[in-house]
Amino acid sequence: MSDTSLRAWLLADAPASRAQARAAAWYAGWLKLRGNTLAMAGLVVLVLLILAALLAPLLATQDPFVQDLGARLKPPGWEGHIFGTDSLGRDIWSRIVYGARISLYIVALVALVAPLLGLIIGTVAGYMGGIIDVALMRFTDIFLAFPRLILALAFVAALGAGIENAVLAISLTAWPPYARIARAETLTIRNSDFIHAIKLQGAGPLRIITRHVWPLCISSLVIRVTLDMAGIILTAAGLGFLGLGAQPPSPEWGAMVSEGRKYILDYWWVATIPGLAIFTISLAFNLLGDGLRDVLDPKEAGQ
Amino acid sequence: MTSLLDVENLRVTFPTRSGSFEAVRGISFSLGRERLGIVGESGSGKSMTGRAILKLIRKPGIVTADRMQMGGTDLLTASEREMRRIRGRHASMIMQDPKFSLNPVMTVGSQITEALLTHEKLSRAEARKRAVAMLDAVAIRDPERVMSLYPHEVSGGMGQRIMIAMMLIPNPEILIADEPTSALDVSVQLQVLEIMDKLVTDRGMGLIFISHDLNLVSNFCDRILIMYAGRIVEVCQAGKLHEAKHPYTIGLLNSVPDLEHPRPRLDALQRDPAWREAPSVSALT
Amino acid sequence: MSAIEIRDLSVYFGEGAEQMRAVKSANFTVAEGESFGLVGESGSGKSTVLRAIAGLVDSWTGEMSVLGTPLGRKRAPAFFKQVQMVFQDPYASLHPRHTVDRVLGEVLKLHGFSDIDARIDRLLDDVGLGKGFRFRYPHQLSGGQRQRVAIARALAPEPRIVLLDEPTSALDVSVQAEILNLLSDLRAERGLTYLMVSHDLGVIGHMCDRIAVMQHGEIVELLDVEKMRALQAEHAYTRHLLDSSIRSVREIS
Repeated sequence: MSDTSLRAWLLADAPASRAQARAAAWYAGWLKLRGNTLAMAGLVVLVLLILAALLAPLLATQDPFVQDLGARLKPPGWEGHIFGTDSLGRDIWSRIVYGARISLYIVALVALVAPLLGLIIGTVAGYMGGIIDVALMRFTDIFLAFPRLILALAFVAALGAGIENAVLAISLTAWPPYARIARAETLTIRNSDFIHAIKLQGAGPLRIITRHVWPLCISSLVIRVTLDMAGIILTAAGLGFLGLGAQPPSPEWGAMVSEGRKYILDYWWVATIPGLAIFTISLAFNLLGDGLRDVLDPKEAGQ
Repeated sequence: MTSLLDVENLRVTFPTRSGSFEAVRGISFSLGRERLGIVGESGSGKSMTGRAILKLIRKPGIVTADRMQMGGTDLLTASEREMRRIRGRHASMIMQDPKFSLNPVMTVGSQITEALLTHEKLSRAEARKRAVAMLDAVAIRDPERVMSLYPHEVSGGMGQRIMIAMMLIPNPEILIADEPTSALDVSVQLQVLEIMDKLVTDRGMGLIFISHDLNLVSNFCDRILIMYAGRIVEVCQAGKLHEAKHPYTIGLLNSVPDLEHPRPRLDALQRDPAWREAPSVSALT
Repeated sequence: MSAIEIRDLSVYFGEGAEQMRAVKSANFTVAEGESFGLVGESGSGKSTVLRAIAGLVDSWTGEMSVLGTPLGRKRAPAFFKQVQMVFQDPYASLHPRHTVDRVLGEVLKLHGFSDIDARIDRLLDDVGLGKGFRFRYPHQLSGGQRQRVAIARALAPEPRIVLLDEPTSALDVSVQAEILNLLSDLRAERGLTYLMVSHDLGVIGHMCDRIAVMQHGEIVELLDVEKMRALQAEHAYTRHLLDSSIRSVREIS
């Protein structure tokens, strides 16, 4: 199929099959996202990051764990060390590249667990109402009342330090805002005519929540998750910084900043380079989130 | 008749992914001290025409015209600052739903006096006096009490009368009413229209009445423009609507169910693609 | 046997001191195959009656029965096979993320039909849309087309009674004419019973055999369409409504 006919197929006003309708909807979203330069910049950065994580063994110039105490704290550019070396003489560039794997792993796990938990609790509370709503939302309030990092610390302390536990702790502290958003969305959706219409066809609450309410809540959650990603990465970095996340010698970016802290006045790059990496990925997620808001907003799609 | 407004070859264009979309496609009309109706269905460009006159088309929409003259002002070259002065003092607009046009956190009274104070140098007490008089003129009983109410405390019909009062208080020469009564009940509709009609006639203003309801417009206007797909397809004198020739106008008239003359089936409008392409009828006088 | 029987129906909204009676002791009967109209202005409670019958409002007292079966708080699955509803705003009554195919397919599946593919095509033909519309999203449809999809959805379980809540008030007059013609044709073909709510006396007069006029939650008058067309109403409010409606249509000469 040539380029022009594929485009015509995707932009058809009257799709001829389910697959075409779905593909056309995705394509329309893609066109909208492509129109947003900043969001595309964010997307490009994230794609590069994912590629870097996948190709880390090829990109890294050295083994990220090999120490060379003779070459410690060398500045960027010194003898093939693009970003210099840290206090144990490890190549910072290689550690950053391998660290991308850890950061993305954390992001992916949290992005799966926290919004899903929030979505289930929020939509059930919003749709069922009454005593279920009160019980679930007060439960949410209890979680919201704790400072996030402190709660995560408590979880990690109970579960033991490590990346998986850090992710679990972050997820368990991150879901309440999603539950609130999902509930607010559900409250407006549940009184709309299309929900009444499906009720009049005899559909039960489970079907209505999963098939009719979820698709409309997910878009606002996706936007929110993307915008929160920066915060999640920073929390993970914070836990790493406090020594409760990734354990040395793992090249987690937060832990790297923490290690570099001691030398920040004399050897700025040791803390700054991983800091810049955290900054870049956070910014990329924020830009993409903003673009997704334009693409996914269900109120816009209705027009 | 001196004309208050002259518009020649007005176009409103919106750029889209696949080329550009013309909502209004080159229409010409003039407005004297008369009541001019613009009738059409959704998507005919009637509301865009009303908004374009006051340059209220949102970006990325583009308004172009050969001429757009209001009194002595050339609207095409007027700056945003000049337009703000024109809106209100020279021309006002009433929208469909008063719920969205009134500020929910300000009392009715303060909104009307505010509207007056931005255009004229008056003391607050004087402005208040004129606001009360204006509310009285739109047949609101006990205007002193209504002045202190918030918009959610008034009914739809009263809200629209308040809007009319607010729009007419700076004494504009032109009033543009975009579906002013379609959010109201039938019985209230007529009352609001009669009030608007009386005020406009008494003050010798020019009225542009935009509506989808051909019969309603024919009762309250001197001249009617029928719009289809961004162009004027026919200009009718009110009261001579039954002499309309364009099949679209006739189709519109026949598709309304008539209580007194029931028909087993309503006439569905057969749209002819040629209507889109036919040149716009000029409504200049 | 009457299609719908309403005895002493009251509907309440709110609680405690703020409780308000939206419908006050309404009584009426709709015969099978009849087209019955409820007329009133906004806030008269006409749509609330419809929603109470459909089971979308549960704070009501009185008695309702449909095709001889008394209605309780919960609607049995069989009820939805007999009674369906078309909503006022075609822009709000279709799920913005579901294609026409998915909307109709889900409904047919819920009612346990097996030949779903063939039925979807037939339903779309019945409402004058055709197969080309099957895989479109609501935002690719005009208001009239959306309302046709909503009508197809209501017809999918092959109901005997259709509740119509101002089905054309959000549409242009020419589209309204098409939809009203479609509704008349469908009623003739399938022997449907209609209970229609509208504020437009012209539409009600065109579609209905008998009419109930509502004001402030009460039914003030029940009359035949012939009487209404001849403008012979008993109640002052009905006369006022008729007068306003006629004056807005008739040319003042």
